[in-house]
Amino acid sequence: MSERFFPDGMPSPTADTTTLPWWEAASEHRLVVQRCTACQHTRHPPMPICPECRSSEADWQELSGRGEIYTYTIVHRPIAADQEVPFVIAIVALEGSGGIRMMTNVVGIAADQVRVGMPVEVVWEDMSKDLAIPRFRPI
Amino acid sequence: MSSRRPHIVGVGESKYTRWGKIGDITEHALACQAIMRAVEDAGLEVDDVDGLASFAEDRNEAIFIAADLGLPCLRFGNMVWMPGGSGACAAVANAAMAVETGQAEVVVVYRSLCQGQFFRFGNPTPISSQPLEPPPPTVQSADSLFMASMGFAMPYGMLMAAAAYALPTRRHMHLYGTTSEQLGHISVTFREHSHNNPRAVMGGRPMTLDDHQSSPMIADPHRLFDCCLENDGACAVVVTSEERARDLAKRPIEILATEQGAPKGYAFGPFTNANVADEIYATGACEEMANRLWAKAGVGPKDVDVAQIYDHFTGCVLMQLEDYGFCKRGEGGPFVESGALAWKGGSLPTNTHGGSLSEAYIHGLNHVVEGTRSLRGESSCPVDDAEVCLVTSAACVPSSAVILGRK
Repeated sequence: MSERFFPDGMPSPTADTTTLPWWEAASEHRLVVQRCTACQHTRHPPMPICPECRSSEADWQELSGRGEIYTYTIVHRPIAADQEVPFVIAIVALEGSGGIRMMTNVVGIAADQVRVGMPVEVVWEDMSKDLAIPRFRPI
Repeated sequence: MSSRRPHIVGVGESKYTRWGKIGDITEHALACQAIMRAVEDAGLEVDDVDGLASFAEDRNEAIFIAADLGLPCLRFGNMVWMPGGSGACAAVANAAMAVETGQAEVVVVYRSLCQGQFFRFGNPTPISSQPLEPPPPTVQSADSLFMASMGFAMPYGMLMAAAAYALPTRRHMHLYGTTSEQLGHISVTFREHSHNNPRAVMGGRPMTLDDHQSSPMIADPHRLFDCCLENDGACAVVVTSEERARDLAKRPIEILATEQGAPKGYAFGPFTNANVADEIYATGACEEMANRLWAKAGVGPKDVDVAQIYDHFTGCVLMQLEDYGFCKRGEGGPFVESGALAWKGGSLPTNTHGGSLSEAYIHGLNHVVEGTRSLRGESSCPVDDAEVCLVTSAACVPSSAVILGRK
């Protein structure tokens, strides 16, 4: 098992058939983004139709796992029992993704040291043998 | 057609309390109370009401309200899709459309919230009425589009509005140097206004900028006093035609223009909109809508005498002021710091009732009530000779707005 940052009681992802493949890739520690095979436009969260060309054909592009903090908040209220606060929720702009940003957590740094523009990389947290959540830490 | 032009002719409300303090009357009964008071204010009878309009997430369905009130005939029962408080002005718009197109004669827009009877909005628990149980650590099946979308927020602990709306505000601070003290000016100004308002839950409880700066951090940059209140209460607004309005009790207030909408990719706002265009991320996402609204009304920001701006969080107020053109992009901080929003001496007296930060959080329909009162000359912070009032419903999320006018 990987290093742990959050307690077991954190909410689990909810997914439908459109979004489930993203979480299946995550369970294999692969950070992916959905890409339209007709126009190459990338999108996140996964959607059934390309919002640019309306094609419903798409595949999954694997990313480097590096990125940059776009914005963040430092939350002082725990979500789950035994959770350490404060914790950081951030929007990270993903390298090589065609401009995609994703919501995540920033770990491995004191909350008050987090800055917009900070370079970060993915760190996978295995919540169970079936569920891995991508968090990010400073490079 | 001109005699069917829609006007607000009545407003009313229940008492407003802290969340959870109204338990002796059900939420839908409280809605009925507010509706009856608004109808009385208009000088109409409940039997005259033939339309009901509300907005998303309303537990108090129009069909049951109509039955509870004994309406002779419900001709128009309507609900807006915009989430939460985003739909208050849009519900007024739908009432106006129904009246103008002859689908109904007298439409009441209402909102009732008794958070103690259901669940508290501000709690950092999953967005449902279910208590938080530690879930099995596997991917769960989403039972709605909303939950599939929230699947990319919840695992990171993003469950609380104060945290979600902090994200665009932090970005605004990064881009333009906006400060927490500048946000504090918004809270302090609205609190000052609430002292004159007997309905205001926080009226008579002074707040200084120091109080704001020493209030607990909830989700940085949001301190406690950057967040709206959580309340129990109900209010209602009566809309009818110009022709019908002529003989009624109060000066009718014209609905000059209405708009609703969302920019591309906006979905459920900052919980899910991480990939909206960079140019609109650190905005209230209202600029295009505002431009349509001004064009439709034939007025501009300089013509606004008083504004009731949706204030779920201070940063969202600041970004709306930029979106609606009251100041340039990035200059919201200095604008609010200058005292512009103050009833006395401000260039744009705003939230003269105290807003959701100090009067009550009734999903912003209370801002339409106050907008009406401010043009009637009935506000507890009256703006002399006010003729044009902008009312907005939410920002940083799909939203709506109306412009009210007094002839």
